[in-house]
Amino acid sequence: MTRNLRAIAVPLIAVGVFLLFWEWLVWYHGWPRFKMAAPSDLGPAFVRHWDLFLKMGWQTLWRTVAGLLLAVLFGVFLGMVMGFSRTMRDALYPLLVGFNAIPKATVVPIVALMFVGQHDFNTVLLAFMISFFPIAVSVSIGLSTLEPEYRDILRSLGASQATIFWKIALPKTLPEFFGALKVAVTLAFIGTNLMEIVSPHGRGLGALFDSGRTNSDFPLMFAVLIALAFLGIVLYYIVVALEKIFAGWAERSPG
Amino acid sequence: MEKLIDIRNVRHAYKTETGPLPVLDGLDVSVPEGGFVAVVGPSGCGKSTLTRLIAGLMKPDEGEVWLHGERVKGPRSTVGMAFQNPVLLEWRTILKNVLLPLEIVPTKLSRKQGEERARFLLSLVGLEGFEDKRPSELSGGMRQRASLCRALIHQPEVLILDEPFGALDAFTREDLWQTMHRVKEREPFTGVLITHDLRESIFLADQVVVLSGRPARTQFVLDIPSSGPRTLDDLYTPEAAEQLNILRHQIQIAQGRAPAEASQPDPIRREARA
Repeated sequence: MTRNLRAIAVPLIAVGVFLLFWEWLVWYHGWPRFKMAAPSDLGPAFVRHWDLFLKMGWQTLWRTVAGLLLAVLFGVFLGMVMGFSRTMRDALYPLLVGFNAIPKATVVPIVALMFVGQHDFNTVLLAFMISFFPIAVSVSIGLSTLEPEYRDILRSLGASQATIFWKIALPKTLPEFFGALKVAVTLAFIGTNLMEIVSPHGRGLGALFDSGRTNSDFPLMFAVLIALAFLGIVLYYIVVALEKIFAGWAERSPG
Repeated sequence: MEKLIDIRNVRHAYKTETGPLPVLDGLDVSVPEGGFVAVVGPSGCGKSTLTRLIAGLMKPDEGEVWLHGERVKGPRSTVGMAFQNPVLLEWRTILKNVLLPLEIVPTKLSRKQGEERARFLLSLVGLEGFEDKRPSELSGGMRQRASLCRALIHQPEVLILDEPFGALDAFTREDLWQTMHRVKEREPFTGVLITHDLRESIFLADQVVVLSGRPARTQFVLDIPSSGPRTLDDLYTPEAAEQLNILRHQIQIAQGRAPAEASQPDPIRREARA
């Protein structure tokens, strides 16, 4: 077996074995569909509701991405403020840690009440709130740990602070930024779903999941889970691709 | 000869929580045009502060730093620096790293001329063929060579080397000493070298300044005759041994491990026997 073939075949076989075991488990116990779904039920569930999956999947996707973009803008700004000013870092850090420590599920009812009816806004807001923290922290750490020699090399040539930021501080922080973005993209996704499930408004995959729950429609619920996993993986690998383009230099070539 | 770098009676103290910490207390160093001065002294005696003063990265509390007849008041683009940490930018190729200063200082060189000059400097230090590699693909010694090229690309009046070879192994270091001589022949510069290595100081410099322990003042100046050690073999001659002995003795005085010869207010200046 060539190496490439093995790299593809081994994971596929593992997934197949897992699905077979799941199918067997449901068959062996004779669980009805209102108690548990088997993998063979998922296909029909997708086929039956495919228009809903497309519509609600899109709603979940764009609200996650919007929240994430806001988190990137705000997180980078906050990180820059804390990275360049010691005073601001001392002032903001405890606030940030405190805010981050609050489980965001408890924020959902507050946000839903405050902006009642504005479901898109609420969902984007929650996705943003849950995901800006790692970005802010990583950017501030990246900037504040810049070795003084890097600054000196440019400063001794008469470079301005802005030049130092664009030529050195910004590119040097990119690997940390993308590391945080990988965490943030997963978190933003959780935020969107949290709002959609806890405060459903008929929008997003979370609402579809909730309607499956009220009907004990296990095939639908599991189909939503699979769809969510698919979206999550796509978003994650988009970030990985961006990282390769903009911070590929940080990856050491093997050997 | 005109003094290109002239440091006159500089005093400086860092502000710390426990009060001012004096690091320089009456420092005098002058370097003629084309000269190469090595500064040695005990650890933590303020040698790096000296490089920051010449580069205009900080101002002394007292005293004056002059460069080419002008008082240094801030950073000037006529200075090239290399540190113990080569601080190459990992996301740029070696060639682009060397070209960095040309993106900042005003230059008469066109883009193409700059690149030609960078390639010339890289070949001078033996990095031909590595122009398009990333710093992470190079060894420590090679990175230091590239950092040297970056310090020279904009034809600075003054080259400041702050322990540039300190983190390299002994063989690589001796290799780089010889590279330095080759570079100075083709690309004459006025230089200040901060070092811990006495052999390095007499091999590279034409004058060695010994600083006292903190707060540092100029304690001793040794002129190395132009017939001084210029090949590695020359480092094992009786003359070199004598120079090293004088310097080692002065370092011991600076560390407080040997009594000073006499309490002279002025630095003792001595011409080593050629």
